[in-house]
Amino acid sequence: MRRAILDEIRRARDEKRAVALVTNLKSNQQYTKYLIDLKKNNSDIESYLEAAFRSDSGGVFAGEDGDNFVQIINPPLRLVLIGAVHIAQALASIGAVAGYDVTIIDPRQSFASDARFPNVQICTDWPDDALNALDLDHRTAIAVLSHDPKLDDPALSVALKSPCFYIGALGSKRTHAARVERLIEAGLSDDDISRIRGPIGLDIGAKTPAEIAVAIIAEVTRALRREGSP
Amino acid sequence: MNQERHDTLDQAAAWHDAGHGVALATVVKTWGSSPRPVGSQLAVNDRGDFEGSVSGGCIEGAVVLAALDVIRDGEARRLDFGVTNEQAWEVGLACGGKIEIYVERLE
Repeated sequence: MRRAILDEIRRARDEKRAVALVTNLKSNQQYTKYLIDLKKNNSDIESYLEAAFRSDSGGVFAGEDGDNFVQIINPPLRLVLIGAVHIAQALASIGAVAGYDVTIIDPRQSFASDARFPNVQICTDWPDDALNALDLDHRTAIAVLSHDPKLDDPALSVALKSPCFYIGALGSKRTHAARVERLIEAGLSDDDISRIRGPIGLDIGAKTPAEIAVAIIAEVTRALRREGSP
Repeated sequence: MNQERHDTLDQAAAWHDAGHGVALATVVKTWGSSPRPVGSQLAVNDRGDFEGSVSGGCIEGAVVLAALDVIRDGEARRLDFGVTNEQAWEVGLACGGKIEIYVERLE
């Protein structure tokens, strides 16, 4: 490995950019490929890389030029919660255990307090500003939990324009239908809106906040591991 | 796992900066139950110091020896370890898995 390639990978990691290192195991030639530079269905190796970025695991790709080893360097997984509500307390803990850097966004400082959320990154800006500042990527999941359209709707508008891999919104079927109507009125397309998972979480009969958090993290996990592209 | 890999790359760069010969060993394939996933890395310097992990401890010794050869001659190598391999048994990979490791010199 050339030192320049090692330094490029370390820089990409520090800047939280998704990069793959491809090594031809016969010729020992190496090159880097960034997720943002992949073209859809361009070639077999690019399709392989796309899937490898999504699943966060590389491996050996057999090409015409022999075996190529793909090493994936992805940014950390992030879970962003809108609304510092009761379910967010459970979800922040379970999300951290599942390997996510958790951020909670709620401009209501009495909700988003360090006492209620010890050891969690808290942001009290308005949700759309806060999300814009976070630079949402394909390794980010967003759960909208506040039940308040003043907070939830601006968050969803920003989330739906981002490449994040999961967007879920808490609320009953009726609440969700009303939310969809508001978002259509705000100018979002059906395709955009269909990315929202609502009611949020896998249907496992969850009742308590902790159980609902389990249902949500299970749905996030399935989106990450099973569904591939956002 | 990511964090460990990052420390490994930084350690490789630091040794290189200090003028050491450095090799990187990376798990490229696994079969069966192997203790570390594809992409796990070990950095080795010319004194035999190492950072990171490719197996959770059972074959690191053999990988470090191969890495010293790679540092000496600059030739990248592919190493196979498995329970069917006598050498692997000696170094203790008795966990029923097989792994392939790619070792390259940092130039």
